[in-house]
Amino acid sequence: MPTLFGTPVRRKEDPRLITGHGNYTDDIRLPDLLYAAILRSPYAHARIRSIDVGKARALPGVVAVFTGADIAGKVAPIPTGWIVPEADQKLPPHPALAQEKVRYVGDGVAMVVAESRAVAEDALEQIEADYEPLTPVVDAEQAIAPSAPLVHEDVPNNVVLHWQAGSDVATAQQAFASAEVAVHRRFKNQRLVPNAMEPRASVAQYNPGSGELTLWTTSQNPHIVRLLLSGVIGVPEQKLRVVAPDVGGGFGSKIPFYPEEALVSFAAMQLGRPVKWTETRSENFLATTHGRDQIQDVVLYGTKDGKIVGVEANILANMGAYLSTAAPGVPTILFGLILPGAYAIPHVRIDVKGVLTNTTPIEAYRGAGRPEATFIIERLVDEYAHEIDMDPVEVRRKNFIPADAFPYNTSTGLTYDSGNYELTLRKALDAVDYTQLRQRQEKLRKQGHLIGIGTCSYVEICGLGPSKVAGAVGFQGGLWESAIVRVHPSGKVNVYVGVSPHGQGEETTFAQIVADTVGVPIEDVSIVHGDTAAIPMGWGTYGSRTTPVGGSALALAAQKVADKAKRLAAHLLEASPDDVVMQDGLFQVKGVPQAQATFQQVALAAYTAWDLPEGEEPGLEASSFYDPPNFVYPFGTHLCVVEIDRETGNVHILRYVAVDDCGRVINPMIVEGQVHGGIVQGIGQALWEGAVYDDQGQLLSGSMMDYALPKASFFPRFEVYRTETPAPFNPLGVKGIGETGTIASTPTVVNAVLDALRPLGIEDLEMPLTPQRIWQALQQHGGDRS
Amino acid sequence: MGVTVHTRVNGQPIEREIEARQLLVYFLRDELGLTGTHVGCDTSQCGACTVWLDGRAVKSCTVLAAQVDEHEVTTVEGLAETVPEAQRIEGLHPVQAGFWEKHGLQCGFCTPGMMMTAAELLANSERLSQQEIREALEGNICRCTGYQDIVDAVAFAAEKMGVSVERDVTASI
Repeated sequence: MPTLFGTPVRRKEDPRLITGHGNYTDDIRLPDLLYAAILRSPYAHARIRSIDVGKARALPGVVAVFTGADIAGKVAPIPTGWIVPEADQKLPPHPALAQEKVRYVGDGVAMVVAESRAVAEDALEQIEADYEPLTPVVDAEQAIAPSAPLVHEDVPNNVVLHWQAGSDVATAQQAFASAEVAVHRRFKNQRLVPNAMEPRASVAQYNPGSGELTLWTTSQNPHIVRLLLSGVIGVPEQKLRVVAPDVGGGFGSKIPFYPEEALVSFAAMQLGRPVKWTETRSENFLATTHGRDQIQDVVLYGTKDGKIVGVEANILANMGAYLSTAAPGVPTILFGLILPGAYAIPHVRIDVKGVLTNTTPIEAYRGAGRPEATFIIERLVDEYAHEIDMDPVEVRRKNFIPADAFPYNTSTGLTYDSGNYELTLRKALDAVDYTQLRQRQEKLRKQGHLIGIGTCSYVEICGLGPSKVAGAVGFQGGLWESAIVRVHPSGKVNVYVGVSPHGQGEETTFAQIVADTVGVPIEDVSIVHGDTAAIPMGWGTYGSRTTPVGGSALALAAQKVADKAKRLAAHLLEASPDDVVMQDGLFQVKGVPQAQATFQQVALAAYTAWDLPEGEEPGLEASSFYDPPNFVYPFGTHLCVVEIDRETGNVHILRYVAVDDCGRVINPMIVEGQVHGGIVQGIGQALWEGAVYDDQGQLLSGSMMDYALPKASFFPRFEVYRTETPAPFNPLGVKGIGETGTIASTPTVVNAVLDALRPLGIEDLEMPLTPQRIWQALQQHGGDRS
Repeated sequence: MGVTVHTRVNGQPIEREIEARQLLVYFLRDELGLTGTHVGCDTSQCGACTVWLDGRAVKSCTVLAAQVDEHEVTTVEGLAETVPEAQRIEGLHPVQAGFWEKHGLQCGFCTPGMMMTAAELLANSERLSQQEIREALEGNICRCTGYQDIVDAVAFAAEKMGVSVERDVTASI
């Protein structure tokens, strides 16, 4: 049987999804189902004077109305799951429904439960909530001003955490002070709205007789939800079942444990009937977590001949009104430690203040910290290159960690596993014939065209991660993964995994691994994920960890099964296991062609157990818990060519080249799909997307009419290439690929746009680089005329 | 206030007493159990709810169920049956087959609407450029795929349906 590892196998998840037979949370229908709707605060900051739910309760079809007072003492506050050490991190309480005060537009105030979705929404309009508006604070910089209103009274100056990292302070300061060149910049890495296409939804069903509660929910990590839900609603963990069925994208916004998950569970227990809540897209904009939102004061220090000496970053990270589940780790650990990027930078200093504001809570969003860090270093490298009059590509090349230096210890304390950064750069440059491209650019510029070329060479940290490190950096959980490979008596195989894919295709890639290892056709392997009643404990899908960590667990379990099957086959064939080979689903004894047993015969023999080898247990299954010894560090170079329309300020992407290295590739088709999607999301940030609040904390970009999501016609065909440097620390040799596109493409495109505009004297522009923003800059710099 | 709707959905005659304000998408999902059609937004931007009304792609979140009285609705569950059996691939509409073959979906949430739009495009085209395919998908948002494999999926289906598609060219810069 040819190996499936490395082949573009069509996805096993697709037949149900392309025929309308997926099963997303909102598709779940149960007898006697009730529907919940949430009344949300129209104010960013206000004291609740009173809530009158009388009229709402009286509406026919309304079953119950709950306010903050009704749940107090019964539903515990929503906890955060990351406590960053040595950061003086505060833990402001986050009630599932507001108590006394509301802290952002969208904060839950009351929940209606009714016989239908429509009646529940009607009833919301009948609730009379009276507020005393308070002055809100929206911007992180204003929030730390001494006179700023406090989002939480017990968090002084709204600083919820203050984290510092990097190399030795005194040495670094000395190096910074004596550097020949210092490039100062202030970047705003704007707030984004993840906009997974499937809005969040939760359905809870309670059995009062057994005390068991099942929650179906749109989650990337059902076991984390179960653990936190148990503490919040007081149902013991063994009586809680959390199911993430088909999940329609997450991008980090479905990591958190959310108030609504606790609220529908509570309502189902109170009312003895199942309760469903599905958010509208408008609610998703307000009450599902956002991403990014940093003000970055940064400096790159270097020599005149292009050697980077150090990087310094002072960051204000807007955290929103409450600390979401994984949020504290994003602008700290996942951001700061990767700041040096692909370069050997001896001195790095990072200072991060996490700031509370009256806005929607921030959480991981595709890349989570790494895009914000990569943007800094990759933008600074371009500015530095311009400053010393060197080609940005040359500066990159001069400062890369060389291929023979791995494993490489960074000045921020990481150990990069493997890499060949120069190779990806070379491949990207070759793809466009860079030298000639620069010449053509020069010629076109003379003809009046605003042509820009941008590059970015990134490295990222993912495959989260060793549990020991997780503990050391304050993640309140482990980061290992588990898998059970279970062969049934008929020889068919189920695999149960703790990770929770939601679009990444692991029902296929995992089946490829198992089919190869166990020696069965891929059609005979089905992956089970997302249901805590079926799967072993696992920490979920985020941080590009599903394949490097979950896949490794699975590969090890599959190997145990393969080994046992071989021992059983040898026993059946009266041969030594060393003489038995498995080929095309058939066990054979070397040199004895007639001695054969099918995999199915071996599986059946394992279960009938009529004749097992001495000391062998019946059955044919194995489990594995895999804790990786290190993170994985994918890397690559992206390159983009743009032309800017002088009359409209519109950016046309003429070419986009991606060269990525994610180690060994299981399914190239799926890897390329991840790259495409990541690129588009990252370009979304560069050019169009941005959450905009007014000074009263109203989200102005609160719908898909106001928030510009990328569409098909905005892009040319991407030119996608790979290099393959195996990951040395996991059994599959794989790294993550889910976030690289988002990490690389934002600075690539911004660098390209600024390269186009630089001849006009335009040195920097804030993202998103909308036509309006560029057009205004062109007007100011006389660039509207060619 | 209730109204009676007589309609055909995926070829099946349907008669239902419904609330006059009910949207077509909830009629399909909640009354008929056709949950392949999804709700992704509330402003008719995302296109996840796209179905055919008398063969034309419409956003079912912006159509009242009452409006389909005496009209015909097709959803993703009935998509394969809109082409003759000889044109189906493994029992699928060529667009469905294309999405599978070319990795035109990841999470799958936007996919039914995306396919309904694409299938309408192909049913009414003889020749398409890749850019025309991209522009035809203007009303359908996908957050996972970056669209490239969707374009390839549609081009794959086009070929199977006798619609010619011009190849993409890299910009001459």
